[in-house]
Amino acid sequence: MRDVSIVGVGTTPVDKHWESSMRELGVRAINEALLDAGVGRDEVDSLYVGNMLSGKVVDQENVGALMADFADLGHVPATKVEAACASGGAALQAGVKGVMSGLEDLTVVLGVEKLTDVCQCEVNEGLAYAADQEFETFHGATFVSLNAMATRLYMEEFDVDHEDLLRFSVNAHRNGANNPDAMFQSEIDLETAMDSPEVADPLKLFDVTPICDGAAAVVLAPSERADEYPETPVEVSGIGNAVDSVGLHDREAFVEMAATVEAAEQAYDMAAMSPGDVDVIELHDAFTVMSAMGLEDMGFVEKGEAPAAAREGRIAVDGDLPATTMGGLKARGHPVGATGVYQAVEIVEQLRREAGANQVPGAETGIAQNIGGTGSNVTVTILERGD
Amino acid sequence: MQVTRHWREFSSHYRLEGSRCTDCETVAFPPRDVCRECGSTDTEGYELDGGGEIRSYTEVTSPPTGHEDQTPYYLAMVELDEGPIVTGQLTDTEVDGFEPAIGARVELVVRRIKEQGEDGLILYAYKFRPAL
Repeated sequence: MRDVSIVGVGTTPVDKHWESSMRELGVRAINEALLDAGVGRDEVDSLYVGNMLSGKVVDQENVGALMADFADLGHVPATKVEAACASGGAALQAGVKGVMSGLEDLTVVLGVEKLTDVCQCEVNEGLAYAADQEFETFHGATFVSLNAMATRLYMEEFDVDHEDLLRFSVNAHRNGANNPDAMFQSEIDLETAMDSPEVADPLKLFDVTPICDGAAAVVLAPSERADEYPETPVEVSGIGNAVDSVGLHDREAFVEMAATVEAAEQAYDMAAMSPGDVDVIELHDAFTVMSAMGLEDMGFVEKGEAPAAAREGRIAVDGDLPATTMGGLKARGHPVGATGVYQAVEIVEQLRREAGANQVPGAETGIAQNIGGTGSNVTVTILERGD
Repeated sequence: MQVTRHWREFSSHYRLEGSRCTDCETVAFPPRDVCRECGSTDTEGYELDGGGEIRSYTEVTSPPTGHEDQTPYYLAMVELDEGPIVTGQLTDTEVDGFEPAIGARVELVVRRIKEQGEDGLILYAYKFRPAL
């Protein structure tokens, strides 16, 4: 197997893009990534598209072909990869495997999601597709309410102050304020977060992520040829993916995400790294409790200690566990199927030392966790500066 | 939802019928053709009693389509006495002194879940009420 590097990245800002269609957003990100890598369209061998809800929101499937068509990539193989909110991470790992295998040399991975073409209730219905339709959603469960139940269990088990969970949100907003691609580029204080309206007891508005659109793309190449491209390459040192029961009620444990633990183990093993080797941590903070569990399940702190780590400022850009450094899902936004690719792009920016005010000094390695469903499908990807 | 899709779930939605592994006797709900405990494919239908304890809960104020007329409602994960945990709504919660709480005893009832508009199906299934 060959080592694989990211040699180009591109994004659209995350926003409610009323003026742009799904295909326009996707093509924009692909164009920017190809330009960044300095490669022509005719050099691309394959395209993988991470997307969750194109069928629901814009009545469009066959998105691989659509994106390759409108990005003028010719007759390349192109497939949509779907793993609920982890679609982006799963598409990235599919692309990595393609190049790793030797079958493809230059591969584009796109994550794209257009949510604002339908009303919010339809988006919520779509997001709940990630849950068990017959035994969760049918009974009136929404994605938010399932995560509310998970949050209550975590808070009970470790006697957590809600304030300490919301510190993950405050940290994300502080970092988003310096990210020109972020949906929310404004800081919030803890009081604002605590005073925000309840969305599903115990969840408050600032525990959860916004509905938005966006697209992000990366260009992958074999590491042995990575120096042919203009930018500092970033190697994909480890990938891991694991699933768990789709129904939250069928998990063996509620305060630990077994799929994250397993996926992280695979990624650490492949990269021959341990948590202590990681400089930048991109958590899937769709809900603040997911941030806390993610930090624990990937081995950065002991079980139940993540809220204290947030309270002590360890997750800040200048802390020892810099997390959601460009705003995370909370402030950058969570265009679901694109999120995993945004995470990779943001780590690349950190490792290329292009993260501006959010730069983690001397960052050499980063980890991205992308969660599908309430923890039923998780990818963990480790990136390393390649020079 | 097509009539057939609802009809085929009657046994689990109306009677809380799960499955039981005939090899290791593990009970599952929803029913499974492959036992999660031992991997056996020898499973049979098994009706659960419907009594259990609230494991976690929340109040839904932004419901999915079709649930609007019952909003707000409590949603819970209920740990049944036979072991499985099931997600369902709480109902009849206006009784004196009942507050949803982790550990509270509840029992099965069959109630209206949602309606598919004026000409559509009216769908029923299990909910849980405070134990009498």
